[in-house]
Amino acid sequence: MQLDTPNLSYIKELADGDAEFEASLITILKKELPKEKEAFIESVQNKNYQNSAEHVHKIKHKISILGLEKSYSFAISFEEELKKGNPKRYETFLSILQKMEEFLMKI
Amino acid sequence: MKCIIVDDEAAARAITKQLCKKIEKLTISEEFDNAIDAIKYLNTNEVDLIFLDIHMPAFSGFDFIQTLKNPPQIILTTSDRNFALDAFEYDCVIDYLVKPITPERFAKAVDRIKDRNATVAKPEETTPSTSGDTKAVGNDLYVNIDRRLVKINIPDICLIEAKGDYIKIKAEDKNYVVHSTLKKIEEKLPSHLFLKVHRSYIINTTKIVDIEDNSVLIKQDVIPVSRANRKELMQRLNLL
Repeated sequence: MQLDTPNLSYIKELADGDAEFEASLITILKKELPKEKEAFIESVQNKNYQNSAEHVHKIKHKISILGLEKSYSFAISFEEELKKGNPKRYETFLSILQKMEEFLMKI
Repeated sequence: MKCIIVDDEAAARAITKQLCKKIEKLTISEEFDNAIDAIKYLNTNEVDLIFLDIHMPAFSGFDFIQTLKNPPQIILTTSDRNFALDAFEYDCVIDYLVKPITPERFAKAVDRIKDRNATVAKPEETTPSTSGDTKAVGNDLYVNIDRRLVKINIPDICLIEAKGDYIKIKAEDKNYVVHSTLKKIEEKLPSHLFLKVHRSYIINTTKIVDIEDNSVLIKQDVIPVSRANRKELMQRLNLL
């Protein structure tokens, strides 16, 4: 799957020039995403796929905040697959998270 | 208007707060990352509106609503469209926002709060009916629910209520929540049976139990009738 590139369009639309909000939201994302990623990986390793689906559900909001439309659609399907006990596309989802983390680190 | 935010995701709370900032009448008095703390707060504090996430660990948004004796108005926020049907089972739920929430969609949800209050205070100021071209399509209406076309028997429909981007169709045995507008469904319903009596309601006139000054009783639902639509409603009735 060709991954799309994160962007700040949605955050800037919400901020509407409010630099303080922009910085604060990015700080929250930098703090929350690694924790959610870790919890997701752990649930997959424990084969607790229902729990993994819950984590994907939570993370997919962050995917949309960073303007990743294709990845968001992927996350919706992946969440459903996990609910059915199928973690096959785990690596693709991890690469999306990796890309988001790298993007946030650079800001 | 005093509001609280209940969402386990800090980023979501920050976004809701930012969206509220732009609406003068909204004041965020507290925010909670879990439903239990919010319930404790509501035991001793009154609020006008709750922005509530559905998907929270241990205690979901729906569990939360069920614990409230007199719930204030609630705007649900979720990353999942699939809960819309459940959401509108609760009268206190005035809108259902799918994340990521845009400022435009948020403003529309907030307008619904204003509209409700205005309707309660001054029912005569509601918008006149716009009963345009309606057409009968046999006895069946097909609605799209979760990518399935579900058949509804038109004469069984008691009423239709507008709920933000959705409409709630109350039929004899079942309710349906559909992503559509009153205007669209009005065009598909036979005009001799159905009448828009309020900006948020279309009723099946054959299902009326009784009528008061500015409301009708349809089964157990009291439906407001705006002054502008009352005349047309009365003309339809076989009055003694």
